[in-house]
Amino acid sequence: MIVLSRVATFAIDGVEPRQVTVEVDIRPGLPAFTIVGLGDAAVRESRERIRSAILNSGFEFPQRRITANLAPASLRKAGPGFDVALALAVLGASEQVPVETLERVAVFGELSLSGSLRDAPGVLAVAEGARRAGIPRLIVPRERAGEAALVAGLEVAAVEGLREAVEAAGGSRVRPLPLPAPARLISPGPDLADVRGHGVPILALQIAAAGAHNLLFEGPPGTGKTMLARRLPSILPPLSRTQALEVTRIHSVAGLHAGGLIIQRPFRAPHHTISAAGLVGGGNPPRPGEASLATHGVLFLDELSEFQRIALDALRQPLEDGRVSIVRGQRALVFPTRFMLVAATNPCPCGYAGVGTMCSCAEADLRRHRRRLSGPLLDRMDLLVTVEKPSEAELRADSVIDSARAQARVREARERQSHRYRGTGVLCNAQAPPGRLMRTGAIDEAAHQVLAKAYDSGGLSARGRHRVLRVARTIADLELRQSVRASDVLLALNLRQRTDTEQARAA
Amino acid sequence: MTRACPECLSRSWLLGRLSGHLDIVRAELSPLLALPDGELLQAVGGGQRPAIERELARLDTSVLIDAATAAGVAMLCRCDAEYPARLRELDAPPAVLHVAGGLERFLSLAGQDPVAIVGSRRASSYGLEVARSLARSVAASGLSVVSGMARGIDTAAHQGALAGGGTIAVLPGPADRPYPVGQRGLYRQVIAAGVAVSELPCRAPVRRWCFLARNRIIAALADLTVVVEATERSGALPTAAVARQIERQVGAVPGRVTTAQATGANALLAAGAAVIRDAQDVLDCLYGVGARTASADQRTPLAPDQRRVLRALEEGHSPAAALRQAAIGVEPGLAILSELEIDGWVRRGPGGSLTVIP
Repeated sequence: MIVLSRVATFAIDGVEPRQVTVEVDIRPGLPAFTIVGLGDAAVRESRERIRSAILNSGFEFPQRRITANLAPASLRKAGPGFDVALALAVLGASEQVPVETLERVAVFGELSLSGSLRDAPGVLAVAEGARRAGIPRLIVPRERAGEAALVAGLEVAAVEGLREAVEAAGGSRVRPLPLPAPARLISPGPDLADVRGHGVPILALQIAAAGAHNLLFEGPPGTGKTMLARRLPSILPPLSRTQALEVTRIHSVAGLHAGGLIIQRPFRAPHHTISAAGLVGGGNPPRPGEASLATHGVLFLDELSEFQRIALDALRQPLEDGRVSIVRGQRALVFPTRFMLVAATNPCPCGYAGVGTMCSCAEADLRRHRRRLSGPLLDRMDLLVTVEKPSEAELRADSVIDSARAQARVREARERQSHRYRGTGVLCNAQAPPGRLMRTGAIDEAAHQVLAKAYDSGGLSARGRHRVLRVARTIADLELRQSVRASDVLLALNLRQRTDTEQARAA
Repeated sequence: MTRACPECLSRSWLLGRLSGHLDIVRAELSPLLALPDGELLQAVGGGQRPAIERELARLDTSVLIDAATAAGVAMLCRCDAEYPARLRELDAPPAVLHVAGGLERFLSLAGQDPVAIVGSRRASSYGLEVARSLARSVAASGLSVVSGMARGIDTAAHQGALAGGGTIAVLPGPADRPYPVGQRGLYRQVIAAGVAVSELPCRAPVRRWCFLARNRIIAALADLTVVVEATERSGALPTAAVARQIERQVGAVPGRVTTAQATGANALLAAGAAVIRDAQDVLDCLYGVGARTASADQRTPLAPDQRRVLRALEEGHSPAAALRQAAIGVEPGLAILSELEIDGWVRRGPGGSLTVIP
């Protein structure tokens, strides 16, 4: 009698799980093992791993004609994550395992020749897929079980080897999992309490965090731009569970993380030599880029003027849409990219413009530097803050604020925003359309006058005006005020990023 | 509009043709420029003299007129009755003035007791602000401002003058295009509200001598030449020398004795130039003390907090340090800095620095 066996597993398409059914059919003939269904080299090589693993686990490898199919046949399948599913299907088809037991499980993992399971990246995505597909039990390698267990409503069997996987499929009691410890990307993040002085940049960090405004730090080398930016995640509101799962899934797919849930907001600081593909995602198979890895966290671009123009331009879509689509061959993959952008730059090539007479740059150098910096990316930065060297007295004094207090302010401001924009699809002030901000009563008369004066004096463009309003709204939210006051607008005017034309006018 | 005779037109063509030759000859420029055509050719023509003579003899001045008209440049020659009388006091008045921005406007601006404001190309931000605000209030008092559209002080003077009234830019090269080329934006603004003037015909090449020649026109157009910031090697000093030579007034803005950019201006003061601190000094100098009053400061008066911050900025503190000095907290402090900026008391420079506008 010929038995056809089926085992469910998952392929990872971008960061999304796609269900794949492994079918194995064994019939008499010359011994052969063929795998069809658009697998890559790792899938082709899995035949050798499966043969040894089956034999080394005390099963018998059928000396007949074996055909395995990975369905749907149109989806490209990459990586070694299909090994265990293939092996179980072979065992089912050769009647060493009852096929019925394989119907209610999903399996994911790589096999070693000894028959033990090795982990493969992306287990969290697989677990989410299994739950969505209504498969009650998921068999994964022990190292990754914690990650899979994050998905509620799914029984996770953590196994060490192929034989254990067979038992788990057969319904034997699953060994209870240790509760996953919350993992951290970086051990307790740096705190604002360590910072001395820097009152203005710290204020800007709070405003940026409260309204999700993108922020540019400008200042001479060694004044603490990077140090300040690194502390931004510590004052952002904690990740919600959905957000944490999304972050964990992306990091798991990228192979950067194994274990429990990531509860800290990511902070990604790619080097300025990064390529466009590295920044927004790419490669074959496409992998998430730094922009996706920074989802729900902070993408920090130090030495902004040194980045390649192409790489920075590639950031436009991700910044605008919160996701990026990567087209490769016949298909498009979508990666999420909802991050806050923080960048740092020297004010001029030598770095000392504005510091007394220390700057040694020629007029032409300054213009070139401005040109390199200008462009579509800068248009999306709401705040520009000069980071100055703190004074000796400040270095000896206490810190301005600690992260816990700053975070509490930020959370309150965010709550006010989510209340205000409920049902509009807008999450925070940085995305607010102008009409929304100008709604009657939202801005008091004196604030209007200040804005009008700044606009009429010529130093403010129409786009700059909108930007100032958004930041002023955030400042009022931080102060827990219903309407925007003149002082909020003045503060926002000071912290604003000049548009190109405004810059040219000022120069 | 063309009000130039063929003789003057061919003279102006000859200057353009001899531009390279004039650069090579190491001689005092103004006697050279004062020579009639034949002698000038003899002095600087060199081996190409016969060829240039032939070209000059066959020159069709209507081609020059067409070129200027096409470029939107008006021409006025020294034989015209309306040619500015001040320029005639030069040893070698420009044969033809090429004017972009309108001849009528030029004549009117040239009649408004022009004041030349010149200085270093690499000026300090303080110097730039002084030049800008001086030019603005001079222009607002009804005088026109003459400068050379070079970078630095000249640019600031034109910008200030445009904010207060009209300005005359005397270019080293042809009037139909900006020099230096990077000044496109300023050039457009100048010819929109003022004029750009040159003695060279369209398409003439710019050589080193052109700058000295340009400087003599600046000095001659103006009743008073004010040097704002200049090192001892600055081109502003020859301008002042020409002004003195044709018995015009020379003024200078005093600078710190320790900075290199102020040495030229301070040397002029030591040699007896008028001390220029603001537009009122300019008016006193031109019309006698108290005869005319400069237009008042239009800015909103300062509140006590603003005054403290502004004073700290004047002492050279960085914005954050100025707030510390004035003992004002970060948030109200930043708001004050914004107010000062909007009200025109300070200007933001590279690196977030703030320069006080006098």
